[in-house]
Amino acid sequence: MEIDVNAVYLPSEDVVARKIDDAFILVPIASGVGSMEDELYTLNETGHIIWEGLAPGRRVVDLAKSLAEEYDASEEEIRQDIQGILTELLKLNMIHKDG
Amino acid sequence: MASDYMKTESLGSSASWPGKNSLLPHLDMELTERCNNRCIHCYINQPENDAQLKVRELSTDEIKAIVKDAAGLGCMSIRFTGGEPLLREDFSEIYLFTRRQGIRVTLFTNATLMDEALTDLFVKYPPGSPVEVTLYGMTSDSYEAISLVKGSFAKAMAGIGLLRKKGIPFYVKSIYFKGREADKEAFADFVEKDLSADTPPAFSMNFDLRARRDMPAKVDFIKSLRVSPEESVVALEKYKDAYIKDSRRFARKFMGPAGDRLFNCGCGKGGSVDAYGFFQPCLLLRHPESVYDLKKGSFKQALQVFFPELREKISTNGKYLQRCAGCFLHGFCDQCPAKSWMEHGLLDEPVEYCCELAHAKARFLGLLGDKERAWEVKDWKVRLDRFVTHG
Repeated sequence: MEIDVNAVYLPSEDVVARKIDDAFILVPIASGVGSMEDELYTLNETGHIIWEGLAPGRRVVDLAKSLAEEYDASEEEIRQDIQGILTELLKLNMIHKDG
Repeated sequence: MASDYMKTESLGSSASWPGKNSLLPHLDMELTERCNNRCIHCYINQPENDAQLKVRELSTDEIKAIVKDAAGLGCMSIRFTGGEPLLREDFSEIYLFTRRQGIRVTLFTNATLMDEALTDLFVKYPPGSPVEVTLYGMTSDSYEAISLVKGSFAKAMAGIGLLRKKGIPFYVKSIYFKGREADKEAFADFVEKDLSADTPPAFSMNFDLRARRDMPAKVDFIKSLRVSPEESVVALEKYKDAYIKDSRRFARKFMGPAGDRLFNCGCGKGGSVDAYGFFQPCLLLRHPESVYDLKKGSFKQALQVFFPELREKISTNGKYLQRCAGCFLHGFCDQCPAKSWMEHGLLDEPVEYCCELAHAKARFLGLLGDKERAWEVKDWKVRLDRFVTHG
């Protein structure tokens, strides 16, 4: 499952993102989303930032560029992080490719 | 599963992960006190078509606001109970809204109103916890002798059939009192053979009295249905090994005299919202001094100020101080402010039935001699140590 860097990926409507205590968690609520019924996914800081950055019209390359500027990091490195987490989330049906 | 970016954890039986430090990890919500069954032993049920009660119940929007507030305080699970929660025409809407807050749902129901649409919704959006179904009889005669509603058994079994057909996880729970031995066996068979349950069949037999302290004639009737403490112990015989194992684990953590403080359980650390928007420190405790009106305040205020103050209460009742405060069976006994409220209208009056039940169980486990009273036992630490380590 390869991530298209020129595509837009959006969170599934069947995933609820919650901040509990200091944790940022994703709660899948529908059958077929997530790997097991009602498992919770805790995102680390990088994962959290990327999840929050998913938005309509914002391609992977756009997000990488914006985060690289914001965090003063290399665009290539950020893009790899984005591709890494999006690959996982896509496998779990927690995001979908827009359009 | 763990990766560079996220880790996965299952809620499992824990209601509170990851919000274990949250202000409100779990919430009970009684969506209505009305029920389409009229069970003879029920602590809360009101008539299905009681228009006056219906109009007082929280609206859909009020319930959603409460659920949303709870989510904001880290709530991970809500139990919807009643009365019969499925009597509410907006149940599906409330359910889906709750799931969309990322909160898992436990539903207590008699299943008589379970239908294709609702079970389809559960398939698409699983509750996250097994549905808990009361099944008070295994024939129409035995079920309807409890529910007092003709045709209710067939509806309950149809509801259970739908849950089974759609593969929705559920438990069934029953009751037992004298004269219902055949039904008890039939229920146990149903649980073990038909449902292939991996836990022993669950029977309630030490019924609670009316939580609103209404219907005095019914209260007397409920008392008459209760299994005696001695009979309760006989019922444990079949699952003795598992019971002893559980009791040891429990004793290690919770037994020993509680002193004069009334609240020694989790009561008030979470709570239960009744059908009209009053927040109770637990599902059963409705003493006027212990409930908080959510329409005039907030969860936060209740959980940070009102309930903590309540939990500081100490007993001034001589009988309680003489018996319960120094009794090492505390934790093992159901005596609590809620039971005291339901039985006596007070927070700290010893409840004889709970006391006798705890004593009977303690004798069954070898913790007490025949004539001993637990609050008079001086070597209770030695006895508990021996029990916990050797049984």
